[in-house]
Amino acid sequence: MAQTQIRIGGFGGQGVILSGIIIGRAAAIHGGLHATLIQSFGPEARGSSSSAELIVADEPILYPYVKDLDMLVVLSQDAYARFTPALKKGGLLVTEADLVHLTPPVPAAEHFVVPATRLAEEIGRKIVLNIITVGFFGAVSRLVSAEALEQAVKESVPSGTLDLNLRAFRKGYEAGVEALAKAKV
Amino acid sequence: MHADPAGVLTGAHFLDGDHAACEGALAAECRFVAGYPITPSTEVVERIAQRFPQVGGVFIQMEDELASSIAIAGAVWGGKRAMTVTSGPGFSLMMEHLGFAVMTETPCVFINVQRGGPSTGLPTLPAQADMMQARWGSHGDYEIIAVSPNSPQECFDLTLKAFNLAEQYRVPALVMMDECVGHMMERVVIPKPEEIEIYPRRFTTAPLDEYLPFAPEQNMVPTMVRAGQGYRFHMTGLTHNEKGYPDMTVSGQARLLTRLTDKIKKNATALTDVVADQVDGAEAVVISYGITSRVAMKAIQMVRAQGRRIGSLRLRTVWPFPEHVIRDLASNVRALVVPELNLGQIVREVERLGCGARVVGVPHAGGTVHDPAVIAQAITEALR
Amino acid sequence: MSVENPVERYLRTDRMPHIWCPGCGIGTTVNCFTRAIDESGIPMDRLAVVSGIGCTGRVAGYMHVDSFHTTHGRAIPFATGLKLAAPDVKVVVYSGDGDLFAIGGNHFIHAARRNLDMTVICVNNLTYGMTGGQLTPTTPEEAIASTMPYGNFEHPFNLPYLAESCGAVYVARWTTYHVTQIKKSMKEALLKKGFSFIEIISPCPTLYGRRNRIGDSLDEMKTYKTRSQIKNGADTKSVDLGMGGPIVVGKFVDRERITYQDAMEAFYTRKLGDRYARASH
Repeated sequence: MAQTQIRIGGFGGQGVILSGIIIGRAAAIHGGLHATLIQSFGPEARGSSSSAELIVADEPILYPYVKDLDMLVVLSQDAYARFTPALKKGGLLVTEADLVHLTPPVPAAEHFVVPATRLAEEIGRKIVLNIITVGFFGAVSRLVSAEALEQAVKESVPSGTLDLNLRAFRKGYEAGVEALAKAKV
Repeated sequence: MHADPAGVLTGAHFLDGDHAACEGALAAECRFVAGYPITPSTEVVERIAQRFPQVGGVFIQMEDELASSIAIAGAVWGGKRAMTVTSGPGFSLMMEHLGFAVMTETPCVFINVQRGGPSTGLPTLPAQADMMQARWGSHGDYEIIAVSPNSPQECFDLTLKAFNLAEQYRVPALVMMDECVGHMMERVVIPKPEEIEIYPRRFTTAPLDEYLPFAPEQNMVPTMVRAGQGYRFHMTGLTHNEKGYPDMTVSGQARLLTRLTDKIKKNATALTDVVADQVDGAEAVVISYGITSRVAMKAIQMVRAQGRRIGSLRLRTVWPFPEHVIRDLASNVRALVVPELNLGQIVREVERLGCGARVVGVPHAGGTVHDPAVIAQAITEALR
Repeated sequence: MSVENPVERYLRTDRMPHIWCPGCGIGTTVNCFTRAIDESGIPMDRLAVVSGIGCTGRVAGYMHVDSFHTTHGRAIPFATGLKLAAPDVKVVVYSGDGDLFAIGGNHFIHAARRNLDMTVICVNNLTYGMTGGQLTPTTPEEAIASTMPYGNFEHPFNLPYLAESCGAVYVARWTTYHVTQIKKSMKEALLKKGFSFIEIISPCPTLYGRRNRIGDSLDEMKTYKTRSQIKNGADTKSVDLGMGGPIVVGKFVDRERITYQDAMEAFYTRKLGDRYARASH
């Protein structure tokens, strides 16, 4: 595997950074891997946009920023427009079904659509959109095990919201497994 | 002495460097922090504010950095281990009290999460451009200790170490982080309290009327007291004698300054903390510190892949500068390459000690880290 | 038979003679201070004096207690750290008008706002003595200073009003003519919990009195005597100082407010309950 470079982009308030932290924590604390996460504070982080750069590797990570984007998760149109050009050919792309219109069209990539908004509405709390996305991403990326991710979710959310978030995570994960199976057909 | 379990968050965590530095301070039994919010260091004091009430610490957000940097001195003389935390503009304001802590031999820790400067500069982006300010920014001649972590783990480790060195030598110890390590999250392993060594403050045992607060003892370092113990001591930022009384003489100045600088200079070897990798037989050695050391290693790997013998020397302690190590290296290699996130600071120290080896700086104005390819190219060119 | 001077045990006699000019009022205030400590019953081992820089900044160095001669303007933030770390020690900041209210003004207002448990004594000689008689934030309008050679056109601070507005729980002003009252106020301030402030108008014959045709110290004392009006409880808004006119003196404020430390402990106890760990000292 060597190194996988990931970016998660969206707008402020969606919990984009937290989803990056959960994946990073799952990899570095429960997955036996190395992980480096950087929140984007640069000029591109102005306004309402928010993004996290995450590198997951089986060896110590030296260069801390994402340079060759292997996997991209976008939860906003803005993030889609900004970050898809940098995605490696054949890289993994996850877009949110209702928040991202695929214009311009998806570059050559392994593409999955996460219906996070709809699933969050089913659960009854829009706020868990990011946790659903973590579950979905976990399933389609196969980067870290579901157990590691679930453990990381437990450690990363307020204790009062644990059940809600675990439900969201599992729902997202199941949706991801389904999407993956469909893609393989 | 081992760490007080109350402050030690034993276990594996996914933390950013700012939070890890906070945990390092807690493990080091820091129980007083005064600070003023400034990006990108604020997360350190935010976590302190969260954690301190539960571990018996006192945090106060002061009105500015001048106040923060001297409130910690007050707390130290009140018996606490103390630190302040800031970034560029705040660090500039703290310079007078860096000197005050040197002069009054007040053991304390300053964390500077470096950002691009001068002035307001690049508040949210990294630089390593305060390295010379750390060394020379306060007026007068002095010596301090400065460490430079390259990961959240080292933010923990080296903050802890800074506290111990501050106590051992009775100097301010500086943790020279940067925005990148400060905001980067990685795995941080915090050991068990019984695995954490604490260098306890050396309090005097002298009878009340015989204590000389500034008389050199072990390693040229005087023993300490705290207010309220009955010693009725005096301390001043003026040049002073062993009793702590002002001494405005030429000989008094020479005596005090010699001791204050010698206690660091003459212990420079003991204070050396470098990580050498494949320096024996190397054609060129890259000297780096902090976040740049990771990027430099990437570059080194690129050049090694071309069959060149490239060594790495990483400075975990930057001040006092490990002169003997650099001198030894310089006489055995063709080139010393010094990448850093400034326009040429530590490279000057290396040039001073270069002894005939070609010294090549790889400057960067800050805002991000080097492109490893740029460092790799500098290494290749240095060997041409 | 030798009789010990009652003041002597509070002073570092091995540091005498002091640096103050003949006729300077700082020594008078120190004399009052030693007597106030004596009467307060506060053990010398539990008293710390913190000074900034300047003529009054040298007071710390002459007091035979734990004493700290800090940096210019920063005695209060040093004292803040000291007090929070060692609450068992009574902390007194003793400094001048330039040190406390020009370079150190920001710290004064915040320490008063927080109601830190400390006493601040300001010897107000209306000028910078150590650097040669420059303008301070308390120099009266029209007064000559080396950096206001044609006279001062800036409006000065009214220190009691400033202290009261910022939250001090005890505010008094005297001149060095009022030695008995100074001592009494100092004693009250030492025993008062919270941020107490005493302003003492004091002569600087060398650099202020002569330049402003007040004459020598004795003349200045006569001026204090004739100009002073004792008005305890006076509205601090009304106690501005001018070149002429009355010098309103007295105890202006004596009130209760929770201190910074008590507020912090009560608050954390309420918010965190058993999870709150009080600082050990």
